[in-house]
Amino acid sequence: MIALLIRDLRLAVRAGGGFGLGLSFFLILTLLVPFGVGPETGLLSRIAPGVLWIGALLACLLSLDRIFALDHEDGSLELLVTAPLPSEGIVTVKALAHWLTSGLPLVLVAPLLGVLLSLPAPGYLWVTVSLAVGTPALSVIGTFGAALTVGIKRGGLLLSLLVLPLYVPTLIFGAEVARRGAEGLSVQTPLLLLGGISAGVIALLPFASAAVLRINMRQG
Amino acid sequence: MMLNVTDLAVARGGIPVLEGLTFSVAPGTALVLRGPNGSGKTTLLRTVAGLQPAFAGTVDGAGERIAYAAHSDGLKSMLTVTENLTFWAQVFGGTDIAQALSDFQLEPLADRLAGNLSAGQKRRLGLARLVVTGRPLWVLDEPTVSLDTASVALFASVVRRHLGAGGSALMATHIDLGIPEAEVLDVAPYKASPRASVLDEAFL
Amino acid sequence: MSIWEYANPVKFIRTTDRVLPWISAGAAICLVVGLVWGFFFTPDDYRQGSTVKIFYIHVPAAMMAINAWAMMLVASLIWIIRRHHVSALAARAAAPVGATFTVIALATGAFWGQPMWGTWWAWDPRLTSFLVLFLFYLGYMALWSAIENDDTAADLTSILCLVGSVFAILSRYAVLFWNQGLHQGASLSLDKEENVADVFWYPALVCIAGFVLLFIALVFLRTQTEIRARRMRALIARERQA
Repeated sequence: MIALLIRDLRLAVRAGGGFGLGLSFFLILTLLVPFGVGPETGLLSRIAPGVLWIGALLACLLSLDRIFALDHEDGSLELLVTAPLPSEGIVTVKALAHWLTSGLPLVLVAPLLGVLLSLPAPGYLWVTVSLAVGTPALSVIGTFGAALTVGIKRGGLLLSLLVLPLYVPTLIFGAEVARRGAEGLSVQTPLLLLGGISAGVIALLPFASAAVLRINMRQG
Repeated sequence: MMLNVTDLAVARGGIPVLEGLTFSVAPGTALVLRGPNGSGKTTLLRTVAGLQPAFAGTVDGAGERIAYAAHSDGLKSMLTVTENLTFWAQVFGGTDIAQALSDFQLEPLADRLAGNLSAGQKRRLGLARLVVTGRPLWVLDEPTVSLDTASVALFASVVRRHLGAGGSALMATHIDLGIPEAEVLDVAPYKASPRASVLDEAFL
Repeated sequence: MSIWEYANPVKFIRTTDRVLPWISAGAAICLVVGLVWGFFFTPDDYRQGSTVKIFYIHVPAAMMAINAWAMMLVASLIWIIRRHHVSALAARAAAPVGATFTVIALATGAFWGQPMWGTWWAWDPRLTSFLVLFLFYLGYMALWSAIENDDTAADLTSILCLVGSVFAILSRYAVLFWNQGLHQGASLSLDKEENVADVFWYPALVCIAGFVLLFIALVFLRTQTEIRARRMRALIARERQA
C-alpha cells in the first residue's frame, strides 16, 4: 500500500497537474472574488473565511476525477483490484494521495491568499486549522464520488453533482470555525463537529468506496 | 493446486455468452482458449480472475494464486521501466525485478520512461509484470498482441520455464506459441443459447 | 404467504393493477375533499389572512419529500440484502416523485414566505435543508441515468442512497447549527400539533392522507413503467443475441 502511495505521489509530481492546477485555481478564484463583490476592505475581510473555504472546496473538487480515471484508462486499476491489496486499502491510499497532493497544498497557501482578502488577524490560524481538519474529509468523500463514477465516460460533471451535496456538512462546520475564529469568537463546538465529521468519514466511507469500486470493476 | 472450473457460465452486460464450461488446469500445464472475436474469452478470463461474478457454476483454486494480464498493460507512462516493475513487485510483496528485466530483455530500457516505449516494448514490460508477481497461475488475455516473432519466442520460453517450475497458465490467444505442454480449448461449442439473462427472464 | 412474492415483477404488476384504481380514487377524493375543505370552509388566520391556506399543500408535500427518500432508502436496503429487482426499480421510480414533492414544498414555501416574511427566500434551516435534499434527489437520478447496466446502476445508486441518507441527516443538523432560523413554528407548524386548532387540523389530515395515497399511486405506476421498460430491454437483448 505504501508502494501505491509513493507511486501516486511520484506521478503527481512528474505529471504536474496535481499540485499546480488546484493551487492556480484556488488563486484565481480568490482573485476573482474582489472583482465580483468590489474592493471594499471591510466587506472582503468579513467574507474572507467563507471565500477561502469555498475556493479550497472547489479546487479540491477539480482534481477528483483524476483519482481513479487515469488508473482506469491504462488498466492498472483492474490489475490493482486483482492484486493482494484490499479494495478498502486502495481507496484509502488514493484518498490520502489526493489529500497530500491537493488538500495539503491548499491548507498551506490559504493563509497567503487570506492576505489578499484582508483576513482579520486571528483568522489566519483558524482558517488554516479548519482547512487542515476539514480537507481530509473532502478528499475521502471525493474518493467515494470518484469511485462511483469511475466507469462513466465524461463523468466529471456527474461527479460534481454527486459530491457537492455530500460536502455540505463539512463546508458548514469548516467555514463556521474559520468565521468564528476570524471574529474572535469561540470555535470549540464547530471545530469538534468538524473533527467528528472528518474522523467518521475517514473511518467509515472507505468501505462504501471500496464496494462501489468493486461493483464498477465488474464491467471492465 | 489445480484450477477447477465447473459448469461455468459467464455473462457480459448481464447476458450469458458462454455456458457449461468445465475444465481444469493442473500445475505445470497451460490451457489455451480459442474462439472467434466476441465469443466471450475475455469475459471468461475476467470471471476466473475474480473481477466479475460467475453467472453460474464455480471457479476453484483461483483467487489469491492469480496474476492477471488484460489487454492494457497498466503501465504509467511517466514512470521508468524499473519504477513500473518495482511498483508491481512491491504490490505483490516482492522486490526483485532483475529476473523479469532479463527475461524480456528489458535491461537496456530500464531507465526509459514507459511512455517512450514502442507498443511491443510496452507489451514486454506488461508481461514482465507477471514474473515479478511470483504468483503461480497466470491468466492472460491475448498476451502476444503487438509482439514480433522474436518477442513471442521470448514470451513462450518464459511461459515454459514458469510451467517447468510448477506454475500454470490460462490464456486466450490466436497464435501457436509452440508450447508442447499447452492444451487447446475451443470455446465456440459453449456459446450460450440465445436468451436474455436469467435475471431478465423474470421480466419476460 | 410471504410479502416477498410481490418481488416477482409479474405478480407485482398484476397486484398493483388491481389496487391502483382504488388508491388513485382514494388520493383524488382525499385531495379534493381536503383542499376544498381547507380552502373554502376554514376561517382565515387572524394574522395571515387567507395566505395560511397554502399550508394544506405545503406541509403534506414537505412531509412526502422526506418520506419518499425514506422509502427509497428502505427499497435500496432490500435490493442490497435480498436483491429483488422490483425493489431497486421502485426506488428508481420514487426518486422523481420525491424530487417533485420537494420542489412543490419549496415553491409553496416561497409563495407563503413572500407575504409573511416579506421575502421569497430566506436561508432558514428548514428551507435550506430542503434545497440540499433536492440536490440529493438530482444526484441520485443523474447516477441512475448515467449507467447503462441495470444491475450496476441499481447497486451503485443503492449505496449512494445509503451514504446520502447519512449525509442528509448530517446536513440537516449542520444547517440547524449554521443558522438557528426563523421558520414559523408555534402558530402553524405541524410539529406542534396542539397549537393547530382542530378546525385547521382535520382538513390538513385529509390532505396528508391524499398526498400519501398520491405518492403510493405514482410510485406503483412508475414502478410498473420501469418494469416494462426493463422487460423491453430484455426482449431486445434476446432478439439481438439470437
